[in-house]
Amino acid sequence: MAENDMDTTAVSAGTPVLGPGWTAGGVTDKISHIVLGRGGPWTRGWKAHWRWRGALLISFSGVLVLLSASAWLFMRGVGLFGVNMPVAWGFALGNFVWWIGIGHAGTFISAILLLLRQRWRTSINRYAEAMTLFAAGIAGLFPIFHLGRPWFAYWLLPYPNRMELWPQWRSPLVWDIFAISTYLLVSLLFWYVGLIPDLASLRDKARSRGKQLAYGLLALGWRGDARHWQRYESAYLLLAGLATPLVVSVHTVVSLDFAIGNTPGYHSTIFPPYFVAGALFSGFAMVVTLAIPLRHYLNLRDFITMRHLDLAARVMLACSLFVAYGYASEIFTAYYSGDAYEIHMTQDRFTGVYAPVYWAYICCNVLVPQILWSRRMRRNVPALLIISLVVNAGMWMERFLIVVQSLHQDFLPSSWGVFLPSFWDWVFLLSSIALFVWLFLMFVRYLPLISMAEMRGLVQETSREDLR
Amino acid sequence: MKPLLYGVVGRFETPQALLAAIRALREQEPGLRLEAYAPYAVEGLAEALRLPPTRVPLITLLAGIAGALGGFFMQWYAAVVSFPVNIGGRPLNSWPMFIPVAFEMAILCAALAAVFGMLFANGLPRLYHPIFNAPCFDLATRDRYFLCVRPDSVNSADFDAVRRLRQLSRLGASDSGEVWS
Amino acid sequence: MKRPAVIFPTLPAADPVADPARRRVLKLMAASAALAGTGCSQPPAEKILPYVNMPEGLVPGDPVYYASTLLRGGLGMGILVETESGRPIKIEGNSAHPASLGAADAQAQAAILTLWDPGRSRTVMHAGRLSTFPALQEGLRRRMDEEARRGGEGLRLLSGPVSSPTLLAQIGEVLERWPGARWHVHDPSDSGARASAARQVFGRPARAVYRLERARVVLSVDADLFGPGADGVCNAQGFMQARKGSPRARLYALESTPGLPGALADARRTLSPAQMEAALHAIGLRLGVPGLAPLPPAAPHRAAWLDRLCGQLRAARGACVVAPGHSVSRRAHLLAWRINAHLGNIGHTVIPIAQEMPPRRDAGRPSDEGPATASHPATLGELVDEMRAGKVETLIMLDVNPAYDAPGELDFSQALSQVGCSVHMGLYRDETALLSSWHVPKAHELESWGDARSHDGTASVVQPVIAPIYGGRSLHELLGMLATGTSGSAHERVRATWRSIWEEVAGKPASAGAGRPIGQSGAQDDNAAGFESWWQATLRRGVLAGGPAAQALSPLPDAFEEEGGLAKDKEASGQAGLIAVFANDSNLIAGEYADNAWLQELPRPYSKIVWDNAALISPATARLHGLESGDVVSLAAEDSPSRLLAPVWIMPGQADGVVTLPLGYGRSIAGSASPGHGFDAYVLQPVEHGMPRRTRRVGMRAAGERHDFACAQPQKALHGRKPVRTVQVRRRPEDAPDVALDAAVSHAGARAARSGPGDQPSLYPDRRYDGYAWGMTVDLDACIGCNACAIACQAENNIPVVGPREVALGREMHWMRIDLYRPEDEGRAQFQPMACQHCENAPCEVVCPVGATMHDSEGLNVQVYNRCVGTRFCSNNCPYKVRHFNFFQYAATDPAAAAHANPDVTVRQRGVMEKCTYCVQRISHARIQAQKEDRRIRDGEVVTACQATCPTNAIVFGDLNDPDSLVSRSKASTRNYTVLEELNTRPRTSYLARVDDPAAQLEEDDG
Repeated sequence: MAENDMDTTAVSAGTPVLGPGWTAGGVTDKISHIVLGRGGPWTRGWKAHWRWRGALLISFSGVLVLLSASAWLFMRGVGLFGVNMPVAWGFALGNFVWWIGIGHAGTFISAILLLLRQRWRTSINRYAEAMTLFAAGIAGLFPIFHLGRPWFAYWLLPYPNRMELWPQWRSPLVWDIFAISTYLLVSLLFWYVGLIPDLASLRDKARSRGKQLAYGLLALGWRGDARHWQRYESAYLLLAGLATPLVVSVHTVVSLDFAIGNTPGYHSTIFPPYFVAGALFSGFAMVVTLAIPLRHYLNLRDFITMRHLDLAARVMLACSLFVAYGYASEIFTAYYSGDAYEIHMTQDRFTGVYAPVYWAYICCNVLVPQILWSRRMRRNVPALLIISLVVNAGMWMERFLIVVQSLHQDFLPSSWGVFLPSFWDWVFLLSSIALFVWLFLMFVRYLPLISMAEMRGLVQETSREDLR
Repeated sequence: MKPLLYGVVGRFETPQALLAAIRALREQEPGLRLEAYAPYAVEGLAEALRLPPTRVPLITLLAGIAGALGGFFMQWYAAVVSFPVNIGGRPLNSWPMFIPVAFEMAILCAALAAVFGMLFANGLPRLYHPIFNAPCFDLATRDRYFLCVRPDSVNSADFDAVRRLRQLSRLGASDSGEVWS
Repeated sequence: MKRPAVIFPTLPAADPVADPARRRVLKLMAASAALAGTGCSQPPAEKILPYVNMPEGLVPGDPVYYASTLLRGGLGMGILVETESGRPIKIEGNSAHPASLGAADAQAQAAILTLWDPGRSRTVMHAGRLSTFPALQEGLRRRMDEEARRGGEGLRLLSGPVSSPTLLAQIGEVLERWPGARWHVHDPSDSGARASAARQVFGRPARAVYRLERARVVLSVDADLFGPGADGVCNAQGFMQARKGSPRARLYALESTPGLPGALADARRTLSPAQMEAALHAIGLRLGVPGLAPLPPAAPHRAAWLDRLCGQLRAARGACVVAPGHSVSRRAHLLAWRINAHLGNIGHTVIPIAQEMPPRRDAGRPSDEGPATASHPATLGELVDEMRAGKVETLIMLDVNPAYDAPGELDFSQALSQVGCSVHMGLYRDETALLSSWHVPKAHELESWGDARSHDGTASVVQPVIAPIYGGRSLHELLGMLATGTSGSAHERVRATWRSIWEEVAGKPASAGAGRPIGQSGAQDDNAAGFESWWQATLRRGVLAGGPAAQALSPLPDAFEEEGGLAKDKEASGQAGLIAVFANDSNLIAGEYADNAWLQELPRPYSKIVWDNAALISPATARLHGLESGDVVSLAAEDSPSRLLAPVWIMPGQADGVVTLPLGYGRSIAGSASPGHGFDAYVLQPVEHGMPRRTRRVGMRAAGERHDFACAQPQKALHGRKPVRTVQVRRRPEDAPDVALDAAVSHAGARAARSGPGDQPSLYPDRRYDGYAWGMTVDLDACIGCNACAIACQAENNIPVVGPREVALGREMHWMRIDLYRPEDEGRAQFQPMACQHCENAPCEVVCPVGATMHDSEGLNVQVYNRCVGTRFCSNNCPYKVRHFNFFQYAATDPAAAAHANPDVTVRQRGVMEKCTYCVQRISHARIQAQKEDRRIRDGEVVTACQATCPTNAIVFGDLNDPDSLVSRSKASTRNYTVLEELNTRPRTSYLARVDDPAAQLEEDDG
């Protein structure tokens, strides 16, 4: 795929975010055909269908593994994981933070770039939001897997009960519950509101009665009335405005799960910004990871152009620098504070049991992304794909290290221990990825992965530019 | 029951044409009931139609404030009145630790209000609407623009549909026609 | 009031106050419930009596305490058994008993678990098939008739050491009835060196009783002074008394492997057994013990520390103790006796008393040495020789397991196959049971009548607190069968014995010879009433009051004929090569507790290994052989074909060239817990004087395999942290008042000791706790690291056992753990009991999302099990890591476990967090009492399980709001400090810093 992806035109601010010669009708047909199964990528014949079905089958078997594994987990107990004393939090919490992080880019792109009037967001926000939704949903599963008595998870919510029992509001985990559920709901609304006009288009373009009915119901009877568009626009803008602080708050709260604790390695004030940056880092990496196969297999190179990849790569580079700053300041504060426990924890990171993980993610998150300074590499699609995957892995390792390494040697040497992942730890990590892939494949097939309404708007704007 | 005349519809190829037509009509008779349909949010459409500003932001603001206050009150009531226990020697009303939940509640309520307020004001979801009877209205969600002139009241004898049709086609609308509910 | 309460389920008379019908129903319910627990066995017909505080009948939920006695190496340890609706659930010390003084050690605490162990033997076995008691009786009778024809020439008794007056009397009868019969004693936890040395010095089997409370200098030569022997608790308490006194008593430890005295000692030297013998010799010479051969001018004997040590001993003439242990040679024991004699300690701090013997003339083996009035038991070695020679027709093995724990050199199993009829009686169907023609299930001490003498000779009664759960019989009944053909009632036998004791004590005319049951001859009917009341009083106290103290022996004139100089001893010569030391395991001793899961999972004081034993070697030895902890080595004796595969554990503080092999593991079969763990060191054990020898020269080479140990505390270094603080005693006049010690800590100490809420700023207003404010102090200077508190806590709080795999993962559940720290500078090892600190600003509570852990009005950090959802955030946030999580369903669910569970404590479900509660159930019990009597809880009324069982009273618990309470006064000490106080968690549990006495050092640099 490399040679036909290599885009020879210089990628600069002037480069259009839309291929030449597209009309409103054209983009609508192009995108809706992917969903309605006409033309589009499917013209490549049965191969395209079978490629999709094969991927679906594999990922779905992974989903079945996840289901049976969680059944076994609930039967036997959380001891299946490698967790112990002192390392009472293991993979489950690491995966949770990682997935939540991935779930950040979507809303960031849709909301913040919308407010910043970044036109290049238009063609990538929809699937980025879907990614956000799925990632956040999967993240929400892990705290439940991790509970000792998962069947009582609802006790973290305030609900009327005769015992007049309430959650303990000082606990960051309660903040988490509220932050995550709010984030899920708002992302869902944001995503769905964005979908309504597109669903209407699908309703009107669908031929089979079934699809007409399904999309028609989902479209809520949208008819593109100017008055509706007016309210719609204002609501959408408001959502963006609300989602922006939300995105920041969610990972801040997640970081407080650790920063509130007194464990050396957790108890650090840099965590909130540092976690948010890390979240965007992994999120954009995932956006790129998904964009490249999408534009390749569904030949959307005109919509997801090199310009998009280039910009995403720049955001990744920025995040990488910020994260690097986070790492540095952690080390600095440890030594500057003179706190023996912090210093020991830091040295243990450098040389201890988990040192390989530490140095590995320093490479993945700090060194490798520096490649993106070079414009040539930013335009080299396979390189981008590899870098984004490396960053995803690196960010997972960072989460893992923060959760586990800080715990394994805390205050009293007598209680020190080592965490080793068990077979089930790996099962849950991998099968959660399978679940993500499966959800995304379903989304790509049955919902428009690019916002048609906004593309139409984009077409008009660009055409007007052309007129001038 | 006998069908009622919903209005007269004309189709335009470009947003510019639509806007021009609306402006023209508004010049002649400012009080005219006009409805425009577009496949995307056309800039300046609302202004041209002289639509009043929407109240969605107000609803959102109020809901947000209510959410924040309600969220904080819930925690204060739970921790101080309903279930006061000594947690780690902290004061019962440890308000700094109540802020995150209050904040999330504010966002949540505001977002819900914005979306459902918008849908409610738009009268959605709505499964049937007469305008769908307009000729090739399915293009309204693709790349065509429609303008509908409504009679002032439901059964107004003084509504001269033929004149309106001619008026629309003069403004550049292709195959305009009457829409009956 | 003094109406004898009757053990359930015979119902006591209803309390007239309350409505009888209701109470009766309640009692019946309790009775049936408990019956279900006891496997529906019948209660004993005899009456047994509760301890002095008489219960008004049996109130369910109100525990009844019975005084009884547990046996340790044949010696009695007095205890109180807490029974709940007739079910024994907990063991406490009996303050009236000299071997307990109110405390109980780990093994005693764990006895409850053995009592209820479903793995215990339940039926008589004959030739590997199920049999019955009548069949056994019949078989024995026929056997005995045959023996009678031969005058018992072929009859042999083999037992552990016996101190029980009744049992000795019965043995006497058997030997009387069959003059040809002989009685052998085998004690795997004893050493031939000790016994034969004592025999040489006193002309008869004897043992030393230490009076450490009178001592000013104690020298422990590889001795298990502080347990797990029968006198451990008493020694610990006595020494602490002396050390708290002024001048502060000093302890010096020469050790081949780290032991409890080493951590407590003012100075500790690591020596091999041979070097210890040399050191004793050198000390003897310096002190001018007459008739000692001069030493070759070798290195260790000239050391300066020996001079200082001898100076100390000389200064404390008559008030010091030289205590040799099992590992050292017979000659070292003799040297110790000579030094003690020379310093005039014998009779003051070291009291030798005679081993109890059957009250009978010229029987057993005609003893060549010692007065002929006592019939000395013969040794296992002699027995095996006779078995080999085919002289043994009938072998009765009373509660011994020689097939497992006889020295491998004897090869007892092979010899046993040459015995016509062998009868084995024991708690378990163990190795010996399988090889014997008869196996008889033995009743546990808590199930059967009996008696015993403590290490210092005090007699006490073994009182059953429950009918035999698995239908066992007592030794007395079996011996009754032998002697009389019919198993008489053990109860009657014991009463008969004690009647004669009573006659001695009360000076009554000795009209009835011991042995005949009372009441048969009408002569002493007038005495009957007097005896009855005395008997009841004795049962309540559990101990013979005002009995004659065992008379102290004095050495024979020719006792110290020096035979065999230093170099003659093979092992003493040359440091090259490797010496294997067969040591009693700190938990299983010699293997008798191998089936006790609590003791199996109790971390060893130094290695912290659980469920396993390891060949301990020093780091230098490991380097020499290129070994690491977990490497399996093959140990072989030069002079025998036997080989032993054992994993090594590198133990700092171990003597170079010494490999310590803990006994008691490597069981092939037995009850529930023991098989498949560790290695059997007996295989290599040699014999001396027919008794187990404790050292052997071995060769060691790596076997190339690895073994994974389950270690409860992998990290023992301090990493520059100071959880354990030490203060120094200022030099002061020797006659300073006792209180001087606390005042005498140096300024550094005072700084180290500064603590308490308020001296660190806090954003929050201080919480006020009106009413009670519970708090605890742990005196680290008194803690000897004996682990008794850990097991007491486990028994009291229904703490589950998780097994080696889970412990290896770091999931052990002990609420009370004993941390061990080894200073990098090879200083003294430091023990620190660590349980929930009950912080006033508890970090755990703030982060619990469901409020499952919170503070109560009395400052307890309480855990609400049924609210906990198991996020484990609290454990993450606990700087002391004292919270424990049920990762799986750990709590056992079998009926036996339910039966001995403490009904006042929740049994925790899978997925919830648990931790120390300050024994909140005991607090509320006391509160209920106080409220009934409308008063405040008195100081000392609430005693936590750990505090109650601590031999040295290191743990003090009480109300901080009461300024005169013991704990308040203890917290006022300048040694008082809290762990990690910089975190400002404000723990309610504080520690008293260890005391370092510079004047007591032996080295030049320190002191």
